[in-house]
Amino acid sequence: MQVIMVSVALKQGQITPTELCQRCLSLIKKTKFLNAYITVSEEVALKQAEESEKRYKKGHSLGDLDGIPIAVKDNFSTSGIETTCASNMLKGYVPPYNATVVQKLLDQGALLMGKTNLDEFAMGSGSTDGIFGPVKNPWSYSKQYREKRKQNSHSENEDSNWLITGGSSGGSAAAVSAFTCFAALGSDTGGSTRNPAAHCGVVGLKPSYGLVSRHGLIPLVNSMDVPGILTRCVDDAATVLGVLAGHDPKDSTTIQDPVKPFTLPSLTDVSKLCIGIPKEYLTPELSSEVQSLWSKAANLFESEGAKVTEVSLPHTSYSIVCYHVLCTSEVASNMARFDGLEYGHRCDSDVSTEAMYAATRREGFNDVVRGRILSGNFFLLKENYENYFVKAQKVRRLIANDFVNVFNSGVDVLLTPTTLSEAVPYTEFIKEDNRTRSAQDDIFTQAVNMAGLPAVSVPMALSSQGLPIGLQFIGRAFCDQQLLTVAKWFEKQVQFPVIQLQELMDDCSSVFENEKLASVSLK
Amino acid sequence: MAAPMLRWCCSGRRFAFARVGCGSCHRRGPPTGSTSNGKRGQSSVAQQPHITAQKPRKGEPEWAAVVGLEIHAQIASNSKLFSGSQVCFAAPPNSLVSFFDASLPGTLPVLNRRCVEAAVMTGLALDCHINRKSLFDRKHYFYADLPAGYQITQQRLPIAVNGSLAYSVYVGRKPSQMVTRTVRVKQIQLEQDSGKSLHDDLRSQTLIDLNRAGIGLLELVLEPDMSCGEEAATAVRELQLILQALGTSQANMADYEIQRQINELENGGEILNETRSFDFKLGCTVPMRDKEGKQDYRFMPEPNLPPLLLYDSGSLPSGADPQQVINIDQLRERLPELPRVTRQRLVQQYGMLPEHSCVLLNEVGLLEFFQNVIKETRAEPKKVTSWVLNTFLGFLKQQNLAVSESPVTPSALAELLDLLDRKAISAPAAKQVFEELWRNEGKTPAQIVAEKKLELLQDPEALEQLCRSTLEAHPDVVMDLKRGNPRAINKLIGLVRKATLGRADPTAIKEVLERQLSS
Repeated sequence: MQVIMVSVALKQGQITPTELCQRCLSLIKKTKFLNAYITVSEEVALKQAEESEKRYKKGHSLGDLDGIPIAVKDNFSTSGIETTCASNMLKGYVPPYNATVVQKLLDQGALLMGKTNLDEFAMGSGSTDGIFGPVKNPWSYSKQYREKRKQNSHSENEDSNWLITGGSSGGSAAAVSAFTCFAALGSDTGGSTRNPAAHCGVVGLKPSYGLVSRHGLIPLVNSMDVPGILTRCVDDAATVLGVLAGHDPKDSTTIQDPVKPFTLPSLTDVSKLCIGIPKEYLTPELSSEVQSLWSKAANLFESEGAKVTEVSLPHTSYSIVCYHVLCTSEVASNMARFDGLEYGHRCDSDVSTEAMYAATRREGFNDVVRGRILSGNFFLLKENYENYFVKAQKVRRLIANDFVNVFNSGVDVLLTPTTLSEAVPYTEFIKEDNRTRSAQDDIFTQAVNMAGLPAVSVPMALSSQGLPIGLQFIGRAFCDQQLLTVAKWFEKQVQFPVIQLQELMDDCSSVFENEKLASVSLK
Repeated sequence: MAAPMLRWCCSGRRFAFARVGCGSCHRRGPPTGSTSNGKRGQSSVAQQPHITAQKPRKGEPEWAAVVGLEIHAQIASNSKLFSGSQVCFAAPPNSLVSFFDASLPGTLPVLNRRCVEAAVMTGLALDCHINRKSLFDRKHYFYADLPAGYQITQQRLPIAVNGSLAYSVYVGRKPSQMVTRTVRVKQIQLEQDSGKSLHDDLRSQTLIDLNRAGIGLLELVLEPDMSCGEEAATAVRELQLILQALGTSQANMADYEIQRQINELENGGEILNETRSFDFKLGCTVPMRDKEGKQDYRFMPEPNLPPLLLYDSGSLPSGADPQQVINIDQLRERLPELPRVTRQRLVQQYGMLPEHSCVLLNEVGLLEFFQNVIKETRAEPKKVTSWVLNTFLGFLKQQNLAVSESPVTPSALAELLDLLDRKAISAPAAKQVFEELWRNEGKTPAQIVAEKKLELLQDPEALEQLCRSTLEAHPDVVMDLKRGNPRAINKLIGLVRKATLGRADPTAIKEVLERQLSS
């Protein structure tokens, strides 16, 4: 159900915000084993619901999001609510302020259900590398997937073969996918919103860099980070973007021009559209299923009268290595503040300040974070700066120019896969290390961050295994609305199936037993 | 308006030594200028000092110092460079710390417009080229009073470059032998100050005060064009005056630091590359921290701040929000009179000597005092200059007071000089009145004159009478005078003055005495 329609139902009193909130809270409890949430802010949410209810009773709600349950990735600062980045470093850290995007949602009356799980400091593509453990993909428990597995006689040991969500915003994607909230904030630095959206069968929007404030988002790569939006349909993403977009005096990189809230038009005619298909995205690693869906999507546009044309983004193949240098360099810099002095973890050693720093950072960061800090500092050394950082910046410019050239040639929107394949089982995923995985999984999404463009992953269809596959649309900078309009048209054409979790919701005792979550009361 | 510069944070400097003679250059030991690392927050732009070999003149030392300076001047803005925290001296520890200053994750820098204006104005005052586009960089090092683990500075492209600073130095013994020298200003950059570490050795702990963390600094890099500590001190003093004219307050640290280095050099000591900070209690600079060998600051562009763009009236984008853009031309129009121009004006307007104009400017508040006296008195400017520079300043110096602490107001001095000007009192009486005024008992000069009966004897007949009776009463002195002792007349004048209770003008007395003696 769309947010707008829920909003109407709330206005008409068919359901109250408190009822809605309680329903989501109960779903959060039922799906606790997904590990989508790090913190469930039940009391806060119920209090907010109460306030919202009062407003609805008086007949003046704050907007479309008033009374709507939302979730926020645990790398956004939330006042009075623990914000961990899934790291020992920030375990127990309660920020004194709200990120601008969080504040904007709360100002609209949204109900904050909790903080969602991620890879430590958003470094990863599986949502498997945080201190609170991996997030499980709700589709692992869907009727669609289970039936396919039975057909394919994979029935043995079902629950140990659960799938990853992708990441790093896997918690947010799972939370939306499992109906525990209507929208969730993710963050997107190299694909961290779009990747889990594709794996979890939801819409994942990465807005243009500078359209949405980063103030309060604990940074990974400042020059690429963008707050992402995860919803169950394109319209909802547009609704949330309408609330979040615009200048923030606290973030000097946001656009100065005012942004008005908008409603997406329902496109009926795509004949004036030009869709570009970047040939470099046809890589050998791309699964045949995703590839065929991609072609099918291109054909769909063509058959409806759009111009579909092959384009070239020649520097695509350099994107991964370029990203590696820029990302780790900024990580090395951004992580320097975690020294145990002002906030966060501090070790017990008090031999010297230096010893305290070293032990604190050793204990506070996982191997992935430490590895990136180490590489980043290497690239920033005086003797390496020109050869690595400056070169990477130049390549970044070339990659960005690739897009400019394509859009200047008349292309309105690019159509690409979001991921190489559908979600893989956890046991499969962890065979490769984090770095290899991130490099592989971000292949279609990363270049967009380098160029600061808007992109959205829209679920298209289920794979032969019954798992969602998403495709990505990439738009011109600050043409987020146009991008979403095309995405909405596409969404309507493909009619992606709703996840069937009824079985799970009704009978999840076996799951709970496995997870040894006896403390959770069932009904 | 930005009132720039309040505190002189510290001055790194680069000394180099050139062996004078034979055209060959050698640099000595550690105190070279080649490692430019005064402050741990300092630019790593290599600053090769210019070493010039000069022909040795007789009696000159064998080594010639080449002095370059890096000066950190605190911008006196209301809030910090990148956060809204207040800037205030002597506030309770950690009471002026925003989330950004404490480096809470997720916070972002927002550039303070006033600090930018202060930098631009300083750049204009020093004839710098103002870069229409400048960039911010992160400079990394771990230190307890640097919460983010990096300092935001302008390493690659600073806000102003290629300026010059003219200053006057005395050559020879006479104060009138002043020569104008110029030192090139390499660049002016905006950067953040760090917090303060308070080391408690007794408990072996360090306490951190972040009030200062994030306050805007101007780092001014002066090329090594100065040849001695005295030149450097004079240049810095001139810079100080310029910054103060732009809205700066007193800063006395630099002078001390240079004096210390001069002493050290003269004693044959070596100046290590270290940053010293001024300790107000001790009245001297102390090493701030150990320099740890060679440090790689791993500079990186600050990704959260877009390039700083400045405009002039020609390039101003149409329809731009005046709050969002800075117009260099507008700032140029707002520049106050600079010290050099003020001094020229004083020389022209009041006919004073150049060195007098220097003294008037060098003493904080003295120029204003002088101008206020001039405004209210009919006395000649030269007379006013003399009184302000000799009597008034003399009294201040004797008691180690600042102009602002003077017990004598400009109006009182003006009134006193008026009395003198219309010959109501004699010059010695005026001195006496001034001394009374200095005691600050709330009396006006006129009241003091009346009470002490200091007004000049206005009746010529009475003076004639007093002179005559004095001559009659002291025939021995008259005899002495007639025998040819010229000093005897002074004795007579003294006796008459005594008889008039100091109310007669010595010149007038002399006139009458001489007339009576020759008749």
